[in-house]
Amino acid sequence: MAVSERTTGTPQPIGFTQSGWGRVGMVLRWIALFIAVVLFLLPFYLILRNALSTEADITAPAWTLFPTHLQWSNIKELFDDTQVPMARALYNSAVVGVLGTAGQLLLASMAGYGLARIPYRHADKIFYAIVATLMIPGAVTFIPSFIVVSSLGWVSSLRGLIIPTLFSGFAAFLFRQYFLGFPRELEEAARVDGAGYFGVFWRIVVPNSLPFFAALAAITFIGNWNSFLWPLVIGQDSSSWTIQVAMSTFITAQTINIHELFMAVAVSILPLVLIFAFLQRYLIQGVTQSGIKD
Amino acid sequence: MSAPTKTPSAADSVTTGERRRPRRRRQKGIAGNTLWFWVFVGPFVLGLLIFSYLPIIWSLVLSFFEAYNTATPSKFVGLRNYIDMLTDHNFLSSLGTFTIFAVFIVPLTFVLSLVLALLVNQVKIARAFFRSVFFLPTACSYVVASLIWRLSIFNGVRFGLANTVLGWFGIDNIAWLSTVSPPWYWLPLVTVRLWLQLGFYMILFIAGLQRISPTLYEAAYVDGAKPGWQVFRYITLPQLRATSVAVLILNLIAAYQAFDEFYNLIGNVNYARPPLVYLYGISLGSIQDLGHGSAGALILAVIIMIVTLLQSRIFGFGKAGD
Repeated sequence: MAVSERTTGTPQPIGFTQSGWGRVGMVLRWIALFIAVVLFLLPFYLILRNALSTEADITAPAWTLFPTHLQWSNIKELFDDTQVPMARALYNSAVVGVLGTAGQLLLASMAGYGLARIPYRHADKIFYAIVATLMIPGAVTFIPSFIVVSSLGWVSSLRGLIIPTLFSGFAAFLFRQYFLGFPRELEEAARVDGAGYFGVFWRIVVPNSLPFFAALAAITFIGNWNSFLWPLVIGQDSSSWTIQVAMSTFITAQTINIHELFMAVAVSILPLVLIFAFLQRYLIQGVTQSGIKD
Repeated sequence: MSAPTKTPSAADSVTTGERRRPRRRRQKGIAGNTLWFWVFVGPFVLGLLIFSYLPIIWSLVLSFFEAYNTATPSKFVGLRNYIDMLTDHNFLSSLGTFTIFAVFIVPLTFVLSLVLALLVNQVKIARAFFRSVFFLPTACSYVVASLIWRLSIFNGVRFGLANTVLGWFGIDNIAWLSTVSPPWYWLPLVTVRLWLQLGFYMILFIAGLQRISPTLYEAAYVDGAKPGWQVFRYITLPQLRATSVAVLILNLIAAYQAFDEFYNLIGNVNYARPPLVYLYGISLGSIQDLGHGSAGALILAVIIMIVTLLQSRIFGFGKAGD
């Protein structure tokens, strides 16, 4: 599963290292790789360039590779703009990201553990009822979910943004599969010492599964931070906008300050770039674990 | 473990009752297990009932009613909403928009993410660097990417990057997002999604490539298979079957639910409007027509489920040995 190994003696697929046309193929592949790197990094360059430019620099008819001078005051201008509640939106996104992730992992991990380890006559039926929800494409349910949430009076509230997203059948499914493979001996040792299900779960299973939790947490947090459709549906009042909704209303506004908008983009991706920088190992594990349903 | 007096915890029953009273242990064990099962699974199931099952049932009910601006309608209209939606030119054309989108995005994503995975996998130096670069766009939201695409790369005026490059060759500005013929808007729509998701699928393919046993390649080498295309065609590709099917299915389901980039790049316009943008417009726009919206959402859900099942059938997903 681990993708990160750096050629520790594992033979490479022969077909791609010793190709028929040898050198030429090698050079072509490096050129392809180089072009791909440039194309993939180009949008990041544009974010930085535009975020630190003046509007005149951006809209100048001749393309400037770098701003004539770095306009750091764009940050201040962004947060001072009274039309878009930037600070509030960042706060909302942070709350949604953290509480949404913690809540989803807590609920799904306990459900997954119960399904994997606690004998109960109807456990199978419950498991199927959970898996059945995976068949229903998530985005299609936004209209029915909106109906329920608006009946609860949760429109334009953090509750409405967070609570309906906590119950992920997929996460519960992943946790169940994971806990089925958890070494039973560890749990039994704790049992002998007198721990119940609760104690075994919190004192043995969770502490020994932290990489798995970290992997799912990283993915879930990014998903929450970046999600758009549900916050757009729920955030009907600007006080409950997340950062994504705030930026989106920015685009459709009549007058657009490109430099300010790109500063908003830069600020909004900062937390995720940090996660990528420090937790990439877990992220990649999370992708491989959740991408392919074994 | 401090267990309540009447319902001893499972641990007590397992450890103390083990030898002396097998029969009673079992009875107690079952009661305790049931309680603990619900302690662990109950909150989740309750939430799932309220936020997954209830909405779907409610929506099913609403789809048979006339429901303007209300979630508790009284006028039963039978299959009227479904018939309306299935004969609604705009809804059908949104399905058409999706189909064109899928025809572009699914094969392109599949091929390009596989190529990236092969390129990264064969690199001997700085492999982690290349993988990170291609994976990094996953950090960006569709809103962020749409914004870059709309205002900086595919801006219709001269300072847009694409038009700047065209200008070097003396070509006139193109209004990328609003030109209907030729339909230039597909270029930003498709490339934005490729940029965002290729890295994700590349990671899946890399994981798949690394699960292929090196002995297979050695055997192919011994048998005289030509390195390059032959080995790829007869060893690598068949071994990636499970991954390939997963990539295709995930990708198609995701494409059906395209909303963010269409909404942010083009908005709710009739020439390029996928199903979700249209449904959003009718059910949460100025008139909240939840009856037609629910019917449309259910039709879409059924289509997605049928396509997923067919696709799994065709590719034999879940077969033993995959």
